[in-house]
Amino acid sequence: MFKIISKKKLGDNLFEMKIEAPLVAKAARSGQFIILRIDERGERIPLTIADSDGSTITVVFLVTGFTTEQLSKLEKGELITDFVGPLGNPSEIENFGTVVLVGGGCGVAPVYPQARDLKKAGNKVIIIAGFRNKDLVFWEEKMKEVCDELIITTDDGSYGRKGFAAQALKEIIDTEKVDRVIIIGPPIMMKFTSIVTKEKNIPTIVSINSIMVDGIGMCGACRVTVDGKTRFACVDGPEFDAHKVDFDGLMNRNSTYTDEEKIVKEAKHKVCY
Amino acid sequence: MRTNPKERNAEERIKNFNEVCFGYDEKEAVEESSRCIQCKNPLCVKGCPVNINIPGFIKAIKEGRFGDSARIMENNTNLAAVCGRVCPQESQCEGKCILGIKGEPVNIGKLERFASEYERNIIIEKPKQKNKKIAIIGSGPAGLTCAADLAKLGYKVTIFEALHKPGGVLMYGIPEFRLPRHIIDEEISNIKKLGVEIKTNVIIGKTISFEELKETFDAIFISVGAGLPYFLNVEGENLQGVYSSNEFLTRVNLMNAKEFPKYKTPIKRAKNCVVVGGGNVAMDSARAARRLGSEVTIVYRRSEKEMPARIEEIKHAKEEGIKFELLTNPVKIVGEKKVNGIECAMMELGEPDSSGRRKPITIPNSNFIIDCDQVIVAIGQGPNPLLVKKLNLKTEEGVLIVDENQQTSDPKVFAAGDITSGASTVIKAMGDAKKAAAAIDKFLNN
Repeated sequence: MFKIISKKKLGDNLFEMKIEAPLVAKAARSGQFIILRIDERGERIPLTIADSDGSTITVVFLVTGFTTEQLSKLEKGELITDFVGPLGNPSEIENFGTVVLVGGGCGVAPVYPQARDLKKAGNKVIIIAGFRNKDLVFWEEKMKEVCDELIITTDDGSYGRKGFAAQALKEIIDTEKVDRVIIIGPPIMMKFTSIVTKEKNIPTIVSINSIMVDGIGMCGACRVTVDGKTRFACVDGPEFDAHKVDFDGLMNRNSTYTDEEKIVKEAKHKVCY
Repeated sequence: MRTNPKERNAEERIKNFNEVCFGYDEKEAVEESSRCIQCKNPLCVKGCPVNINIPGFIKAIKEGRFGDSARIMENNTNLAAVCGRVCPQESQCEGKCILGIKGEPVNIGKLERFASEYERNIIIEKPKQKNKKIAIIGSGPAGLTCAADLAKLGYKVTIFEALHKPGGVLMYGIPEFRLPRHIIDEEISNIKKLGVEIKTNVIIGKTISFEELKETFDAIFISVGAGLPYFLNVEGENLQGVYSSNEFLTRVNLMNAKEFPKYKTPIKRAKNCVVVGGGNVAMDSARAARRLGSEVTIVYRRSEKEMPARIEEIKHAKEEGIKFELLTNPVKIVGEKKVNGIECAMMELGEPDSSGRRKPITIPNSNFIIDCDQVIVAIGQGPNPLLVKKLNLKTEEGVLIVDENQQTSDPKVFAAGDITSGASTVIKAMGDAKKAAAAIDKFLNN
């Protein structure tokens, strides 16, 4: 069993949770993810590691389905049945020169450890953190500490710059030489943001969040088409060359269980736990 | 006449995941065991990858000494209840039975299953503890077997399991109607009673490094099993509704998606499901889909004779109303976002290929479409890539190279199961794991 050390509401349906998992925390590198199962009847869901210290892993999640909702209702001190990781390959960390990291929504969280490590490796680090509105902005101070420049955008202009992160990214690459771009967020945001860097052929990496079951290279549920070939996010990824990922295929597969999400939510109200 | 145990009728069994075969009662078991002629030179034992004293345990059943029969098996296997249910007996023990030449072989598999019912009462004396520690990576049939054998010799054994439940393919792969979960739980609890510690949710190579393990333990046994499924490499394979058999069965078995929404892992219950492949995993997938309420068609590119599945599974599948489209090969999965059909070509058999089976050849202009809203691809899988890829051990196409003692290129590291042979059977993995256990004992005593 794995204990929840702290829980914080970051915004509407957006939560930060620190979970005690010493072995995972010791081994975790930026870019990797964990899989958790809340209880005996739970499903296994992957979440990207947003931070770790000697004994805990921090995850930031948006309530999007049944399991994230259930997770959001757990409080400090409560236990999670299964928690395993770190999974996937760590991000490539070296001195590339200037790196722009673009985070969208709760995808801003996993940008943090990468920015920290890239900064440490000697890069000039620019973070663009894109949110829907002011209420969803989080980790502003924390982000500032690990980058040379932090740009916050909101879709409605209620905080920072108005517009999408992609626009801010375009402005940067039009004015200065950028050696690498890393984009983490919802597939639709990664699709459109990575188009911006394609023209200039800037190496661009995205972190794929596909449907997973075991996450250990066994079931093949997380497959995604990259450069025309089937790749597996859990063992080949989760990071891939953004310009080669078939985002439409990914989004299609990710919507497989939309109907079941409704069924499980309705059932929840009928069944007493 | 061979006595076969009673089975649930097909109509009833497609409604649930209860075990199909009831197993022998005492009278039936004694009757069937009386058919064994107790050969002086029993070929059945040679056909068994773990060399169970088959005439011995059958004789004990015949004489009504059921506990003894379980103890006799226990000398060679810790998973008799599993083997009795999932071994391909027709190509092993029963395939070698003398009675099979002119008539029907003794039903060794079902007798093994019968005797295994008595194994729970076996009290195993704890051996004198040795001051050596062994790490086992993966808790499938190979890992459990090696662990039990080494624990019986007095070693301190720790199994590391990446998933949340031990059992490996027994747990995620083989459905309950063939292998009820309580059987696996009992077998695992017996192994724990020997002093074996099982740590779930630990991925060697991720959670703990292999190097750290090598420093902490005196010997290591790798049994990480099968890995990424093979796909057909045809258009449409990533559409919604296309599953690998590994994913489909893992959802149904390990995650209990068959009880969705009580259990939270979803699965699609299709109207028409097409399963591609002709092995046991294809049969398991097809029969699981049938139980979820689908009309099921198996598509296989050769004829029934070449099907690698156990005869019993093919028979059960047919009884359950599963259609077989033989000499048929998928060329394309059709659909826009979701699957709505699979385009296949008709095949004919040519000369034997490297596997000894006649090679299927496409008949030109024979394509046709089977309407379906689900496709399960069950054409095999490679070795698990997660750990072995990163190690400094000799491999060939991802499979660990081992010598006749299951020793890898690192003397301290042994391996067995699908990670050494590619996808194979439970019993072959167990046989190799036993060899490895003996070799590890020898290695640690030198």
